Amino acid sequence: MKDILEILERDSRTTHDEIAAMTGRNVEEVKSEIKKLEDENIIAGYTTVINWDKTEKETVNALIEVKVTPTRGLGFDKVASKIYNFPEVKALYLMSGSYDFTVLIEGKTLKEVAQFVAEKLAPLDSVMSTATHFVLKRYKDDGVILYEKQVDDREVISL
Amino acid sequence: MNLIDKINPIVKNIPPSGIRKFFDIVTEMKDAISLGVGEPDFVTPWRVRESGIYSLEKGHTHYTSNWGLAELREEISTYVLNKYNIQYDPKDEIIVTVGGSEGIDIALRTLVGNGDEVLVQQPCFVSYKPCVEFCGATPIIIETKEDNQFKLTAEEIEEKITPRTKVLIMSFPNNPTGAVMTKDELEPIAEVIKKHDLLVISDEIYSELTYGFRHTSIASLPDMRDRTIVINGFSKAFAMTGWRMGYTCAHRDITGAMFKVHQYAIMCSPTTSQYAAIEALKNCDDEVEMMNREYDRRRRLIINGLRKAGLKCFEPQGAFYAFPSIKETGLNSNDFCEKLLMEEKLAVVPGNAFGDCGEGFVRMSYAYSADTINSALERINRFMSRL
Repeated sequence: MKDILEILERDSRTTHDEIAAMTGRNVEEVKSEIKKLEDENIIAGYTTVINWDKTEKETVNALIEVKVTPTRGLGFDKVASKIYNFPEVKALYLMSGSYDFTVLIEGKTLKEVAQFVAEKLAPLDSVMSTATHFVLKRYKDDGVILYEKQVDDREVISL
Repeated sequence: MNLIDKINPIVKNIPPSGIRKFFDIVTEMKDAISLGVGEPDFVTPWRVRESGIYSLEKGHTHYTSNWGLAELREEISTYVLNKYNIQYDPKDEIIVTVGGSEGIDIALRTLVGNGDEVLVQQPCFVSYKPCVEFCGATPIIIETKEDNQFKLTAEEIEEKITPRTKVLIMSFPNNPTGAVMTKDELEPIAEVIKKHDLLVISDEIYSELTYGFRHTSIASLPDMRDRTIVINGFSKAFAMTGWRMGYTCAHRDITGAMFKVHQYAIMCSPTTSQYAAIEALKNCDDEVEMMNREYDRRRRLIINGLRKAGLKCFEPQGAFYAFPSIKETGLNSNDFCEKLLMEEKLAVVPGNAFGDCGEGFVRMSYAYSADTINSALERINRFMSRL
């Protein structure tokens, strides 16, 4: 199971046939294993790492530190669900240290992000304070370096 | 002035490595894919590169001890003990060399000369035979066979032994075949070596690249440590080919003699590379493991694909090469490779580049991304279906 996950994490386009060959299983086994992983939400989705900065699309990303009051009996989970259900929220992490949540936001404009914080996030009952940091440049995301492509500079044949 | 006549006849008569022709064609060809490379596609782990850079920042730009940095030799000693269970004194039994290649050269120059015979396992890395010849000694070829999974056998060795025989050069995991040898299979070899009072130069540069199997060094077998010169290095396991970092491990009497050759020919290995190598040994287990798992997947991918394309392919358990037989195509290795290159723009290496008994095979490296391997397999498949 771990090897299938590693292969898909590296390249989610890897076909069932290829995974079967790589892991020495048969294709049916691989299919049902992946289905199971999807059903159990271990494979939670398939995405592509895109360097939007190199496209026409204008986006603004921000990291917001949020301090909250945990809900009695439910801890942080209830507040978390109120936050992560907004489509603008790309990622949400509960943190140790001086604040509680890291919220990663993506919006079209600075104004849109500011509006989200002011109108959606900050007014939530449990939220005590927010501190918004705008992303100026993304160098590496999801383990992928976005600005340098490693070229194969080996000699074409060597012994 | 005829300069050619001035060249040492031994050097003059040794042909250059036979793949130049392919090399030139591939370099010119647009959209060509090559599976011809004998080195990792991974870049050296960043922490290793960073250590090299840091050593430069600190101004470590001078010669090191001829032996290599003391700290590095200590790390090598610990590594070899932990991995292969052989003890070498870092003080006078380990030499840090310029790649494994230098190790092969200084070991041979130290051990053999005019009139000596050296047993050379083939198919093998291209430099053994010429290096024996440079010493004025005679290479005696032992042909390993596909039927025997390209392993050496005691019988085949014994057949070739004469009173002049001094050394056996062997290399497992093997380039180009990917063959490995287990402890059980090495034991009879060790017995023959001892019986005839021979030495072994064991090139174990691919020792960390084995799949579902742990490498055994012949030096770890009873009474073999003092009869074996182990050649190893950083190129394959740590993806450090360009750093030119290798080492030899052998009994102090042999090491002391090899040291003289190394000292006068080389002085010392590159200082920057030595600092980087310390980091590699200390902190790169995870990276090595990650690369290993990745090679294993590609290995299965390429073997599976080659067999599907109709090529008979023995299952390699080490290094990063597939060595399929092309005998059933009716083409010889050179023609196969040339046709494959011209028709499908795919470069692979003819098996006879690694010895005459490599005829009928081709070497395909899987030190490439899965994408490249898949495109290469498509091309082979098309090619085979037309034959």
